[in-house]
Amino acid sequence: MTDLFLRAVFADNLILSLFLGMCTFLAVSKSVDTALGLGAAVIVVMTVTVPVNQLILTHLLSEGAWAWAGLPEVDLSFLRLIAFIGVIAAMVQVLEMALDRFAPGLYRALGIYLPLITVNCAILAGSLFMAERSYTLGESVVFGFGGGVGWALAIAALAAIRERLDYADVPRGLQGLGITFVVTGLMSMGFTAFGSLAAP
Amino acid sequence: MRRPLDILTGPILAENPVTLQILGICSALAVTTSMTTAFTMCVALTVVLMASSALISAIRRHIPNAIRLILQITIIASLVIVADLVLQAYAFAVSQRLSIFVALIVTNCIVLGRAEAFAMSNPVWPSVLDALGNGLGYSAILLIVAFVRELFGSGTLFEIRVFAPVAEGGWFQPLGFLLLAPSAFFLLGLLIWAIRSWRSEQAERDPHPVPLMERTP
Repeated sequence: MTDLFLRAVFADNLILSLFLGMCTFLAVSKSVDTALGLGAAVIVVMTVTVPVNQLILTHLLSEGAWAWAGLPEVDLSFLRLIAFIGVIAAMVQVLEMALDRFAPGLYRALGIYLPLITVNCAILAGSLFMAERSYTLGESVVFGFGGGVGWALAIAALAAIRERLDYADVPRGLQGLGITFVVTGLMSMGFTAFGSLAAP
Repeated sequence: MRRPLDILTGPILAENPVTLQILGICSALAVTTSMTTAFTMCVALTVVLMASSALISAIRRHIPNAIRLILQITIIASLVIVADLVLQAYAFAVSQRLSIFVALIVTNCIVLGRAEAFAMSNPVWPSVLDALGNGLGYSAILLIVAFVRELFGSGTLFEIRVFAPVAEGGWFQPLGFLLLAPSAFFLLGLLIWAIRSWRSEQAERDPHPVPLMERTP
């Protein structure tokens, strides 16, 4: 379990080694505060959606899941993409309403980022990797949490670097997006080195 | 009203979705270690993008504003499932190598972005042209990055040997680094630098310009 967690955070980091969630990663990394807010939202949503999708996949969509209803040959696994994206959109909506009701402060802080998360490929990829590697329920909780932490760590670090980078004298064509990619590449190299942490 | 040709060619260089609008980068980098996977991904994305733009544009007057995002995502997801199943049926080896990245076309911002920004407010024919243009713009970037990574990373193009490697008695030492994740970031950064130096109107403004006096020592 610890191994799986460390792999998800460092070696298989969703952004830096698998390029997932890049769009939000580049668009919302201009200041550390907003980056931390978005990171927290991603951790929560991934920890919830990956296990929920795991339950839906094993109990409703996999081959033979409807045997109890007298339909042993039904295989709905081709529906998994629509099911996953629906679950993610619904969970984000529920989370938004729950936060609004029980933690208005946090809701105001995260408010605008929550809808963005529905179209964040890292979240959907978490569920798809879970399905592809057939994780158990426990493993999917750990994997979802670890993936979210890795993503949050990367975006917070990049935001901190970009805040400093604003004052650097960068060549004109490289400004903004270009230099951000180069920095992300350097961070990615660093995280590759962390990879040996997870290796037994 | 813009001319059809402008709608088609604009997104390839002047308004490229990847390098200018930062859309669809996630998948753009992960599949570029070889030309075969990059090319398959380009075709899959362009086809899905054109089909979704055509469908959404055809029913745009019947979509209630409040549920349009869910509707668009559902249409896109259905098309992606079809594309994924077709790939599994006719190109199984490539589909295995692409793993989840075909499925991730669902959350590719280009598809939803074009649906929302263009197809919802334009007739079917211009929407299809716009989709094709954006698909080609995305493909151009992907193929350039994949070309460099495969040619210098393993000495092949579409799995056909171009440079004879040292291991087989040739002269070419493959640059293994180009097959790792960081190289994709560097290549895309350099590509953006090149495009923005050539077409300087695309460059971003310096938020804190250094005064000229301080530059000279």
